Amino acid sequence: MLSDTDKKEFIIVSKKMAKTLFEKIWQQHVVTNLEGDTSLLYIDRVFLHERTGSIALKSLSADGRKVVNSDQVFCTMDHIVDTFKGRNDTTLMPSGQDFIVATREACVEANIKLFDVNDPQQGIVHVISPELGIVQPGCTLVCPDSHTCSQGALGALAWGIGSSEAEHALATKTLRVTKPKTMKVEFVGELADVVSAKDMILHLIGEYGAAGGAGYVIEFCGPAIENLGIEARLTLCNMAVEFSAFSCLIAPDAKAIEYLQNRPYSPKGEQWERAVEYWKTLYSDSQATFDNVITIDCANIGPTITWGTSPEHTCSVNGVVPEVKLNDNGLEDQSYIRAMDYMQVTPNMRLSDLAIDAAFIGSCTNSRISDLRVAAKILKGRKVASGVKAICVPGSTLVKKQAEQEGIDKILIDAGFEWRESGCSMCFYAGGENFGYQKRVVTSTNRNFESRQGPETRSHLASPATVAASAIAGHLADPRDYL
Amino acid sequence: MDKFTQHLGVAAALLQANIDTDVIIPSREMKRVSKQGLGDGLFANRRYTLPGSREINPNFVLNKPEYANTSILLSGANFGCGSSREHAVWALKEYGIRAIIAEGFGSIFYNNCIRNGLLPLVLSEKEIAALTDFVWSDPQSNRIHIDLEKQQVTASPGQIFDFAIKPEQKEMLIHGLDAIALTMKLNAEISAFQQQYLKTYTWLN
Repeated sequence: MLSDTDKKEFIIVSKKMAKTLFEKIWQQHVVTNLEGDTSLLYIDRVFLHERTGSIALKSLSADGRKVVNSDQVFCTMDHIVDTFKGRNDTTLMPSGQDFIVATREACVEANIKLFDVNDPQQGIVHVISPELGIVQPGCTLVCPDSHTCSQGALGALAWGIGSSEAEHALATKTLRVTKPKTMKVEFVGELADVVSAKDMILHLIGEYGAAGGAGYVIEFCGPAIENLGIEARLTLCNMAVEFSAFSCLIAPDAKAIEYLQNRPYSPKGEQWERAVEYWKTLYSDSQATFDNVITIDCANIGPTITWGTSPEHTCSVNGVVPEVKLNDNGLEDQSYIRAMDYMQVTPNMRLSDLAIDAAFIGSCTNSRISDLRVAAKILKGRKVASGVKAICVPGSTLVKKQAEQEGIDKILIDAGFEWRESGCSMCFYAGGENFGYQKRVVTSTNRNFESRQGPETRSHLASPATVAASAIAGHLADPRDYL
Repeated sequence: MDKFTQHLGVAAALLQANIDTDVIIPSREMKRVSKQGLGDGLFANRRYTLPGSREINPNFVLNKPEYANTSILLSGANFGCGSSREHAVWALKEYGIRAIIAEGFGSIFYNNCIRNGLLPLVLSEKEIAALTDFVWSDPQSNRIHIDLEKQQVTASPGQIFDFAIKPEQKEMLIHGLDAIALTMKLNAEISAFQQQYLKTYTWLN
């Protein structure tokens, strides 16, 4: 029998030994500890795209440095490529072609696998990396793209970096990383019908603020996370950066393992068995402690939409614009006033009273096959309201092909949507195609920033279901009315 | 990389939370595969009257004559959130910004600053309000002094604020270190690690 003191001691020791999922992956990758809480971490995979990858490769080469282990580096054309049928290197974005050509040349020179403009596996980096099995549980993956946190959905430690950091990873196979604090975000209860991962993440950011995750690596867990499919988890993790988190993770479970089986870059045969055996050890020990814990009851989450210019400016789709927030000094928060002015909304205005000019389904947040199926379910046999420009851009060429096999393209086209080739498209405005000056857009993307989708465009972030419902209604609308 | 030890400069306030990197430099201003030629695009949507134009908006703080030669920005929470585009940092530097004092930073932006010799410095809302009050009446005379060695920001002689910075980041800035060159000195250690690592995690090879 253990005495009470022994028991206490035992608990303390086991808590010390207990590790979070993040700590397990972190420790496995520490090459050496540097100053303070900074470590040199081994990087398993680097992904690049033509927008920021081109400059990293060019700069690296100019400094006379080489890409080491180029067979673990991948690149895609997603950011600047046009999404029209029959596209090639020329783009609506002025000088876009320069980025495409520079990237292709740099990839050839450095011997990097490139998913080029018309490659059957081309697509948005955070869609194709999981789809092709390039990201795997327990690996470290970096990309000069802030939404790399998406890939934490498969239990990888994946995070967005700048171009200089990308050069560092390419040249040394490592990064100097300051260890983030840990946060557990637990989703309990059940999601109501049509309420999705997008609504969950918008709800979280709305409740805790766009800087709520600053300094943390987040582990999403709880019964509602376990119930989500892998694609929904990718949506949820995609916006961890809009919560200002370093990144996020979800422990790989049977669903994750099943998802990865037989993907082109997944391990095969005996390697698969070894990998799975290891992946099964990737979870937070029950005694492990986090620096911060948030619990959210899914019963409180409905279809959520943004009214302002930060992802934290959220409200219910059938709700109203909130009052102006007061800061610590009791003064009106200037960012709220500016956001309301920019969006042309006022406190207590009903969101459903806002007429839209455009509807967009796409981006690394919501462009996977499950997203398109949800949209198709709502759009089937219905028409987009007159005057609304509606566009769907599948997240990858493979998603597009799958959707076409299922007849989703036909449903969307019949409803009045444009059906495009895969890419990031109008998630952001690079000087080419855009929604137009001061147009109001309901969008399945991740950023409602000023002028993000066009000159002074007004973006309302929402789930694909809400985008589809709003496209039909011609104003912001609750998808539950269109089931 | 430029060293940062001390700096005395004109400070301008953009007191708003969540100034994202799309605001700092809109994507359409990133026209070439280059780290140069970005200064003109800095805050383009606010600095100029219409998107895409170069007609000066006289109401934007950096366009006001009293804020000529601004080299320090004061801002709110979560500065530099959003897109990872390092162009935001390159544009700030090209414009002449040497330090940003904010309540907090987007983590990718923060690292991009360190890699380019731009000092991201965290103070509280109250401290930033005090600095803004100090600057406001005469920005050209009421300059702010930053001492990275001592980790102090000085406004008037009586107003000194301490700030925190991780030792690794401080070293990088003070000595203007090239992180890649520094890490390459550890190449033998990295190779040894990799060899061992790939024996265990064979499927990642």
